[in-house]
Formats: sequence, structure tokens, C-alpha cells
Amino acid sequence: MSLLRRRKPPINESDKTSEASDSKPQKEREEEEEEEEEDGNGKDKNKKKIPSKIKKHEEKRPKWSCLDTCCWFIGCICVSWWLLLFLYNAMPASFPQYVTEAITGPLPDPPGVKLLKEGLKAKHPVVFVPGIVTGGLELWEGRKCAEGLFRKRLWGGTFGEVYKRPLCWVEHMSLDNETGLDPCGIRVRPVSGLVAADYFAPGYFVWAILIASLAHIGYEEKTMYMAAYDWRLSFQNTEVRDQTLSQIKSNIELMVATNGGKKAVVIPHSMGVLYFLHFMKWVEAPAPMGGGGGADWCSKHIKAVVNIGGPFLGVPKAIAGLFSAEAKDIAVARAIAPGFLDNDIFQLQTLQHVMRMSRSWDSTMSMIPRGGDTIWGGLDWSPEEGYSCSKKGERKNDTQIADQTGAASAVSQTRSANYGRIISFGKDVAEAPSSDVGRIDFRGAVKGHSAANTTCQDVWTEYHDMGFGGIRAVAEYKTYTAESIIDLLHFVAPKMMARGTAHFSFGIADNLDDPKYKHYKYWSNPLETTLPNAPEMEIFSLYGVGLPTERAYIYKLSPSAECYIPFQIDTSADDEDTCLKDGVYSVDGDETVPVLSAGFMCAKGWRGKTRFNPSGIQTYIREYSHSPPANLLEGRGTLSGAHVDIMGNFALIEDVIRVAAGASGEELGGDQVYSNIFNWSEKINLQL
Amino acid sequence: MCYCAGLLAGSRKLCYVEPAVRCSSVGFESFDQSPKIDQKLDKKEENVISANNIALEINKKRKQPRRQPKEWRCLDSCCWIIGYLCTTWWLLLFLYHCLPITLLQVPELPGVRLKREGLTALHPVVLVPGIVTGGLELWEGRPCADGLFRKRLWGGSFTEIFKRPLCWSEHLSLHNETGLDPPGIRVRAVRGLVAADYFAPGYFVWAVLIQNLAKIGYEGKNLHVVAYDWRLSFQNTEIRDHALSRLKSKIELMYITNGYKKVVVVPHSMGVIYFLHFLKWVETPPPMGGGGGPGWCAKHIKAIMNIGPAYLGVPKAVSSIFSAEGKDVAYIRAMAPGILDSEILGLQTLEHVMRVSRTWDSIVSLLPKGGETIWGNMDRSPEGGHVCDFSKKRLSQPSPSDNNVNNSDVKRGFRVKDPVKYGRIISFGKAASVLHSSQLPTFDSKEFSRTNALQNLKFSCGEAWTEYDEMSRESIQKVAANKAYTTRTLFDLLRFVAPKMMQRAEAHFSHGIADNLDDPKYSHYKYWSNPLEMKLPDAPDMEIYCLYGVGIPTERSYVYRLSPISRCKSIPYQIDSSVHGEDDSCLKGGVYFADGDDSVPVLSAGFMCAKGWRGRTRFNPSGIATYIREYRHKPPASLLEGRGIESGAHVDIMGNVALIKDILRIAAGATGKEIGGDRIHSDILRMSERINILL
Repeated sequence: MSLLRRRKPPINESDKTSEASDSKPQKEREEEEEEEEEDGNGKDKNKKKIPSKIKKHEEKRPKWSCLDTCCWFIGCICVSWWLLLFLYNAMPASFPQYVTEAITGPLPDPPGVKLLKEGLKAKHPVVFVPGIVTGGLELWEGRKCAEGLFRKRLWGGTFGEVYKRPLCWVEHMSLDNETGLDPCGIRVRPVSGLVAADYFAPGYFVWAILIASLAHIGYEEKTMYMAAYDWRLSFQNTEVRDQTLSQIKSNIELMVATNGGKKAVVIPHSMGVLYFLHFMKWVEAPAPMGGGGGADWCSKHIKAVVNIGGPFLGVPKAIAGLFSAEAKDIAVARAIAPGFLDNDIFQLQTLQHVMRMSRSWDSTMSMIPRGGDTIWGGLDWSPEEGYSCSKKGERKNDTQIADQTGAASAVSQTRSANYGRIISFGKDVAEAPSSDVGRIDFRGAVKGHSAANTTCQDVWTEYHDMGFGGIRAVAEYKTYTAESIIDLLHFVAPKMMARGTAHFSFGIADNLDDPKYKHYKYWSNPLETTLPNAPEMEIFSLYGVGLPTERAYIYKLSPSAECYIPFQIDTSADDEDTCLKDGVYSVDGDETVPVLSAGFMCAKGWRGKTRFNPSGIQTYIREYSHSPPANLLEGRGTLSGAHVDIMGNFALIEDVIRVAAGASGEELGGDQVYSNIFNWSEKINLQL
Repeated sequence: MCYCAGLLAGSRKLCYVEPAVRCSSVGFESFDQSPKIDQKLDKKEENVISANNIALEINKKRKQPRRQPKEWRCLDSCCWIIGYLCTTWWLLLFLYHCLPITLLQVPELPGVRLKREGLTALHPVVLVPGIVTGGLELWEGRPCADGLFRKRLWGGSFTEIFKRPLCWSEHLSLHNETGLDPPGIRVRAVRGLVAADYFAPGYFVWAVLIQNLAKIGYEGKNLHVVAYDWRLSFQNTEIRDHALSRLKSKIELMYITNGYKKVVVVPHSMGVIYFLHFLKWVETPPPMGGGGGPGWCAKHIKAIMNIGPAYLGVPKAVSSIFSAEGKDVAYIRAMAPGILDSEILGLQTLEHVMRVSRTWDSIVSLLPKGGETIWGNMDRSPEGGHVCDFSKKRLSQPSPSDNNVNNSDVKRGFRVKDPVKYGRIISFGKAASVLHSSQLPTFDSKEFSRTNALQNLKFSCGEAWTEYDEMSRESIQKVAANKAYTTRTLFDLLRFVAPKMMQRAEAHFSHGIADNLDDPKYSHYKYWSNPLEMKLPDAPDMEIYCLYGVGIPTERSYVYRLSPISRCKSIPYQIDSSVHGEDDSCLKGGVYFADGDDSVPVLSAGFMCAKGWRGRTRFNPSGIATYIREYRHKPPASLLEGRGIESGAHVDIMGNVALIKDILRIAAGATGKEIGGDRIHSDILRMSERINILL
């Protein structure tokens, strides 16, 4: 206001009012005045122009103050922002594409458009089964602190609430520690419909591109269905609490009926793969445990299951997550800024909170590696041994002469990582031959008791139940293979595992006809179930390769402090020859799921008529070699092979659309393999 | 003033920096030429006149803002002001977000209160939204709609209307012949609760009810919103989207997964007749029906709680088809004549509205049903003697208990002056709406012949083409010469002025009264949504509720006139908004009002529950119990209340506490008797008695 006055004819009413409203102390103003007069130069000219009448006003003439400059600056920014916004909105929608094309040359047609030109049309109804984490969750009933969040997303979307009220958020996202269901007075439910998982966060697509491409050839909501479920629950509990499996069954039946009896194409992603395995067993099992669809439900209703990045045999990442609530990313963060994650100045204790929350989620346990040492390797061998991390050389070798790998591996044997040791305490332990590792069994160890429970604020993890004795015992065992990992988890997180093992199983069945395998806890483990009797069905395994993927970890004891998670990944361990980086051994995969887990069932376990696949369902492997986006304009890339980004991979989308439009696996081109999956599968000695 | 100058400077700077946007700055320059500015600018700036100089100055200043503090100019102070405003705004916003939520005390939700009484979710609930309130999204479109894939075209913020209005109206139109999608365009109903919880941001439709249901334990598995494309005729929603099959499957699923508890259905507005259609469809054998077999409804449905039911249609639909206007539009026209009709901007808003809405079959389902028997003829109507001064009426009729007193009141009024002739739904001129029928020319539908429709398609009239362009001047005059139309002759009129639409839609809807319900022709789907031409299903345990607001003047009949002649006027008729009655008359702005909820007259909402289906009638052979629950409108006491917790208006009633309580109680297992049976404030029973219909 004071600035306005300077430009206006000086004596008028508004002048006075503005003067009155001017809150700046008189003194300060005068000081500024003086300063300016000392400034000199441009001043005289101005003074002449000001009529003498108003000289008394002149002395109150306000000057640039810091605040004013700030405001001026903000104003400028706002104005230009609005201007740009206006221009942006006025811009024709095709402009960004035009620019991109000008820079990179003409883009290929998006797959939907391309296939539409080929004459493909919507045929089979499509069912999407999202994976863990990607589905949205919304609040239906909550505590006081969550008021006003009714039907707002707690998970997915902007995650605004995480920052606003983190403790409240954690409380609402956690499940009951005993039952694995809702805590009392809290109801968080999955978002339903396509919006549940089309975008995970604004701009971060999950299913959106696939949905848009399918829409191009004529799909719409009557022929597409998102089987959204609460991914925190164990699979059977989604039925118990929300009747999700019944809903999926009813919806598939409806879509098949209203689309002239055309069978559905199911597209599960990530953990959705296991969920749908569970569903296929559930739907044919008699009520009350199952859906009572009868023995031929799957063959009547399902044309193909197109698994994208399926962790059929689990992922090692899940172990790190359960064991110490960290993964490669967190380990790296810890290496970059040591202490930051662990400090409790702000009582953040982020990792502990994350651990407490995620340990209440049963579903994370569905991803623990299955099949034990038979699949994942023992102390001294692993199916992937001989894998070399100089990726480019490896890939060339493989594609040219596949059988050389045997010889090559013999050479590099000495320097190959022992992937079988999923957790080792210390790098030396991970590398030493098994005879040198002196292990002390932890199973009987007395955990001791911790007196520090109460001092650890409100973060309580099961580790606080363990005294130093227990922690030491864990470390003394030195190294863990896939089988002993389960025991380890039982030891460090007894409650969680008690809940988990009631819903999931991680073994290999000796005799699949054993009546115990009728229990639902075996349904999501492909090594303990038989596929449904549906000889015409096809199972695809689509996944990315060419990205280093976590496979085994080197741990160390956390430095002291009782309130922390006592174990952490030893980020100092590096070794280029054995793919060891920041304490993590990596192997080929899609950054989350190793090739072994994604491909083994389709490459060997279910190939042909096996005991796991008695009706001889056709299986196909389609791998997509990862190449990073060429430039920033491409966003997350159209050739990506990463676990989630692969959903935007044009080649994959094309395959999915072709299957949905009626093509069979043969018509698609059968297997498409870049990795060593067949070699590795052969090394696995599993009765089929 | 300074702000203007600043804008000017800003726009000039724009010209300098980016010649591409010159056009946007032209307006400013012509509006505010330099002499004016000079007054405003300080003398020291007199030398700065040309745009270039200003721009240069800015550049200089940007470089050294501190060095030359004296060079305050309008642009700077503008920026400064904006900066101030923004900062304050952010500050307030920040404070607002920091506020503990408990500070803003909201009145306790009825759901919370009922939960304390011990109510819990029992029966699954299905919500059926009405016309207009459901969201529509784009699945496939023309190039002009690029980037709108799965974005809402209808509902939400409606930004696309302003950005690309023609594109928008093209995508919302349906095919003129089939009533389905035009080629290359697919607009589909939004699914899930989001489809109709809020119509626009902040304008709730079902949200309040959903929230209260959630309080007593409802969630996704036992609460479902039916999403259907409300533009289509009801049977077409099944043909195109399988909407009815989907609803059937969903109800069956909820019935099973919730422990074999029957479903409570809550339809609103047009959803009421949509669900009526569903009731018949589901029990009819395929291919026309859903093949649920007789007994499906009895097995799956506990109660139907119709909110603001438009059972017998609404007169509003007539005016919107006839001239694309309603009470509101007529008011606007009265207040600012010329704006809507001006062609300066080439808007032709009403013509576009008409063109789009005439492709929507569903509007025809809302035309008054039952003809003169229900809606009255030239001289009498069931509402005859209705007192229109709503404030007085409210005083004299505080509760339904003194209905007798009220009746005598009304009779007194009846003696004093002629009753309003509501039966004449459209009259040309006020005189025609008042005169005795013998003084009016007799109507002969044969007069309407299109043979003399000249081929004067006026392509000069912009792109808003309506069917009126095909009518010759003569026939337009002829329509007007006929003076007054009742519901019987109304259909001839509409068939004449909108032949294509009526031809399309009458294959899907019927508006008569059945003489003999056993006639096999009534098994056709076009009769299913007309309560006067269908039998309720055989479900003696089911209950039907009519919940609606009363106490708001509701459009009942219209006074029309010919539009002032202009070559390009596409719509030749408009409501004569200059016609007003005496003080307490029901005529206002060319519209006769009756009691109702602002959209649906009491007669349409209540008659079926009050008489048509009461007891065992031929329309209700199994004797399904019916209840009427009326909610008297009370405007919100203060602004804080928003749209009011005691509103009786057509949509706002969904936030009415009493109504929510009733629904929650029924959903939690109560019966109609337990919530108190009928609750009547209006004259509905007396009106129904006057209607002479064979039951």
C-alpha cells in the first residue's frame, strides 16, 4: 500500500488510510530514508518532480524493505507461473508429442493403435490382478486422529497423510498382530474398480497404459475388471473379511456370460500371480473352504493366465524386508548418509515403524522363497552359479553358444557368488567354503530377556523380545540358506511366523495326493499344488531380464543401541567379480524378482505333463530384455524390463493384447528367452 | 486503477516478449488507452510510454532491483500486491491445515447416533442414482477430445465445457437414430461409489448417505452404487453395457456373501423407474429379460426405498423437450432478456442443449404418465384448489394430524377463486391457461401434418441444428394457435415437434394406463418402467417406500409464447416469463406451481404408494406393503449448515437427517411399521382420491 501512495497524486483519502494502515515503525522508515539519501545519484531528479506541497509526505515515503522485495518477488513468480499455466492449458494437446517427435524422430505407434490397424478387436474379457503395494487402500472407519479421511486413500495417491500424521497413518495401516485382520475400530478397505491400481501415485502408472491400450481395440469396463483386493491380508483372509474371492468369481462368471461365453484372460502382476494361483484352487474347492465352482470351473472360464513378473517361488527381497525392514535401496541410503535413518532425534525411528507395520501384513510372507535348498541352492551350490555380472558379455555368450556356459562356469567357479547363502554374517563367511564356516545352531538358543522394552518409546518390534543372547546366537550361525531362513524367521519373529505359516507354506510336496494339501495354506505355493484340470488353458510367464536383482545379503550386527533393529545389511561389502555391491549379491532378473523365481515353473515345473500340472496345460516364457529409456522424454521407457515399469513395455503390451484378442501362445511365437533360465532350471533337481 | 494499468503494462510486455499472444492484449489496449494511464502513472514515468521502453525498463530492473528502488511502477506494485495476497493466502492455508479438526465442531451424524442405539449393518444396500447425477467418462473419442481418456465428461468439474464446448456436446450426444453411441465415440458410466457420491466438487449427492451407512458398519462388500448410463433408454443400458445383468449378479452376490440377507434398494429420482424396469426385467425369461424367474425379487429384495420418485413423470421433462428450458432458464430470461438469445457470441446455448438432450432417450421416460386420468384435463386436475402461498400454508398446516382443518381451509380457498387449471400442461398465452375449455379451439391432431414443411433448412444459422429447423413457419403458428394442451394431446404435440426423438424413445417407453394388464403386449419391455402398465412382482414380503420432500413450489404447467421472430431462432417457443399471477397465485414467471420437492410434484411421487399400489390392487397383485414418508422442507438456518439437514429439495433431501435415519433403520432390519408407517404433510391422499382409476 505504501508503495501505491508514491505514485498517486499525493493528497487524497486513500492516502491517509494507507498511511494509517502502514504498520512500519516510523523510526525505521526514517532510517531508510536517510540511507537512501546517502545513496544519492538518481535521487535529485525525483525530488524535483515531486510538488513542494507534499514534501511532508515525502519524508514518510516508504522504501524497499526486505519484506516488500520478497512480496514483489513472489508476485513476479506467481504471475509468470500463472502465465505459463495459462499458456500450457491453451496449448493443443498434441504439442508435447510434436516436440518429442521433432527431437527423437517419429515415435512408433503405441501398441493399441498399431494392433487396431492390424484389425484386432476386443474378444476375451480381461481380468487384472494387481500385486502387492500397488493397489489403493481407503479408510472406512478410523480412530479420532483420522477424522475427515473417510473414503480417502491412505495408500496410493499422494500419500499426503504420511507426512501430516505419520503415527496415525501407521496405526491405521497396521493390522492386528494376532489375527492378521482389522484392529478394533479401524476399517481400511481396498479401492475398487480400475482406479484401484491404474496409477499408484499421480504420474506413476501401473496398469494405466495397458488399460489405455486395451481400450484402443475396444475394451471398456464391461470387458475389463480389476480384481482389487486388500494386499495386506493373507489370501484366504481376503475372502473371510471382504469376500473378495467370491466377488472375483462372480465377476468372471458374469463377464464370460455377457460376452457370449468367451473365456476370460487373466493378467496378474507380481504378488497377484500367487493370489490368482490361490484363487484357482479356491474356486474349485468345495464350500465352505472354497468357492464351490466345481472341478471344471477354470477350464470353463479361463482362457489364459498371463503372469507378469510373477514371483512364483518367492523373492529374496522379502527376507531382507522381514528380517531388517530394509532392501537394496535403504541399504544404499544408509551407506550414503550413515546415521540419518537411525537417529532418533525426531523420534522418527522410521525403519522400526516400517517394520512393525509391515510385519503385521500377512501377505509379505507369501513372498518368502519357497522350495528350500532344492530350488535356491545350498551352502555350496546354487542354480545360478557361474553367473557373471558383466552383463553385456554374459548375454552375448549365452545367446550365441548356450552350452558353453557349463565350461565357462567351471573357470569362474572359484570366483562365483554362493547365492545359496541368502543371508551371511560377514563377507568372509559368504565366500568361505562351507567346511570353513563354523556354525553354532541358534535354534535352541535362549533369547534372554530384554529389560529395555519400556524405554523404546512406542515403537515395539519383536526384536525387543530378544535379548542379546538371541541376537548373538543368530549371528553365530553365520550363514543361512533358503531352508534355514524359515527357521531364522521363526526365531526372530515368532508371532508373525505363527500367523504366516497358518496361511502359507514354503516347502515342496512329496506326494501331492496327500489329503493335507487340500488345506488353503498350500494353494498359493506352486510346488505344493496341482494346476486345475484345464488342458485348454495356457499359462504365460512374462518378465523382464537384464537388471541386477537382489539374491543374497551380507549382514552385520547394528552398532549398539537397544531400540534399533539389531541387524542391518553390511553396505561396506563390495566385490565386482561376484556381483556383490553394497552388501547385496545380485543376479539376473527384473530388479525385484530373480529370473529363477519368475521363470522356473513355466520353464520346467509345469512344462509338459508333470505332477504339478497333471492336465498338461501349455506354458510359455516371454522374456523382455531391459533397455533403459533413451532420453528423459520417454519417461519410464517403452522397452523397460523393470518390475513395475515393464507394464509400459510396448512388446509386452502387444503380447497381452494379442492374447486378449484371441491369439494362442503358439501364434505369439512360443518362448522368447534371453536369460539362462533353461540352464538354471536343469540344475534344479526336482521330482516332476 | 493502478492494477489496470499494471495489467496493461503486463500485456504490453507480453506483446514485446511474445508476439504470439498479441490477440489477448488487444482487448486491454482498446479498453484503456494511454491518456488514461498517464493520469495514473506518476510524473516521473511520463517519459515511459512506448511498450518497448517499458519492457526495457523491466529488464533493467530485473537486473538491479535494489539499485534503483525509486523505479516503482505499476507492474511492480502489482507483483507486490499479488505477492502479498499469495503469501497471506498460503499462510492462512497453512494455518487452516494446522487446525485440529476438532475445532470445527460438526453436528453429530445421524449414523453415529444410531450406532449408539445399537444399529449395525444387516441388509446389503444398493443405491440407484437418478438422471444427471451419475458421472460419465470418455473411453473413445474424436481427435478433439485427445487426452481425455477415462476423464470425466459429466460430473466433476466440467472444465471441458468451457475449454471445448462443441467437442464436449458432440461427445455427450447419442446417435439420433439408434439412441446408442455415435460411431467412434464411447462414453461410459463411471463405476463404483465415486460415480455418484459427489456430482461436482462439494455438491454431494449420495456422499452423506454413504458416510452415515459407513458409520453403522457398511463398506464395499455390502454397499453398492449402480452405475448406468443415464442417457440411454433402460433396455439399452443392458444391450450396450450389460448394466442390468451386472446389477442382478451384484445383488445375488451380496445376498450370498452377507449371510443370505435380502437387499435394501435405495433408488433416487429416475433411478426409481429404472429399478422398476429392473424388477420386471429380472423375472422375465431371456433373451428379453434376465431369466431370474418368478420369485427372484421375493428372494433377494427386502425393501425399495424410493427417494423423490418420479413414478408418473415430471412436467419439467415436457418443457425441457419442448423448448430446452425450465423454470430457471425462464427466470434468467426474465431478468436479463436477450442474453440467452443473443447470437453475438454464436453461443446458441439453448439450441445446443436441445440438440444434445434430444438424443437422450431417458428424458422421455420422465414425461408425464397416465394421461388426463392422472394429470387432469382441460378443466380439472387432482390438485385443483391447491393453495400456493407456501409460507401461509405451512403455518396453517403444522402437522398431518389436523388434516381436516386444512381441508376445510383449502375448500374455502376453492370457493373464493377459480382453481388453477393444472391439467393444461402447455398453454399459449395466459388467457388460454385460465379460460373455460368451451372457449378454446378444439384440438385435432390431424392438423399437424408435415407436408407443408418447407425445405428451408437454414445453414446460415450456425451449427446448432435442431428439428425445429425443419418446421415451417406456418406449422409453428398452428401449434401456437391451438392454445392449450393436456397430457393427452401433449404427446401429439411432442411427436410433431420432435418426431425423431419420440419415434426412437417410444419404442422404449410407454405413458398410458393399461386397461387389461394380462394383455400379452404388456410383456414387452417398453411397459416395464410405467407403474400404470406393469404389475409389481409377486413378493408379498417386500416393502415399497415413497420418501420425498414437500413444501417447495414445483413446476406443474407452463405458459408459452412464440419466440420473437428472428431468422436464426431455432427454438420457436419459449416460456412466457412475463406472465405473473396475483400475489398468492401459483403462476409465476410463466410457470404454474404445485406442491412438491422442486422437481417432482407430490402427485407423481406419492400417488402409486398412496393409492395405485395401496393394498391389493391390479397393479400390485401380491399386496406389497407401501409406505409414504414425506419430509417437509426447511431451508438451512444458517450458512454453516450448507445445503441443510432438513431440506426437502429433490437432491438436497439426500442430506436430510430424518430421511437418512429412516433408511438406516430399514437397512439395519426394521420394517415400515417399526419406523412409524406413513408420515404425510401434503394433500396427497385427497389428491389421489380425486383420481378416478380402476384398481
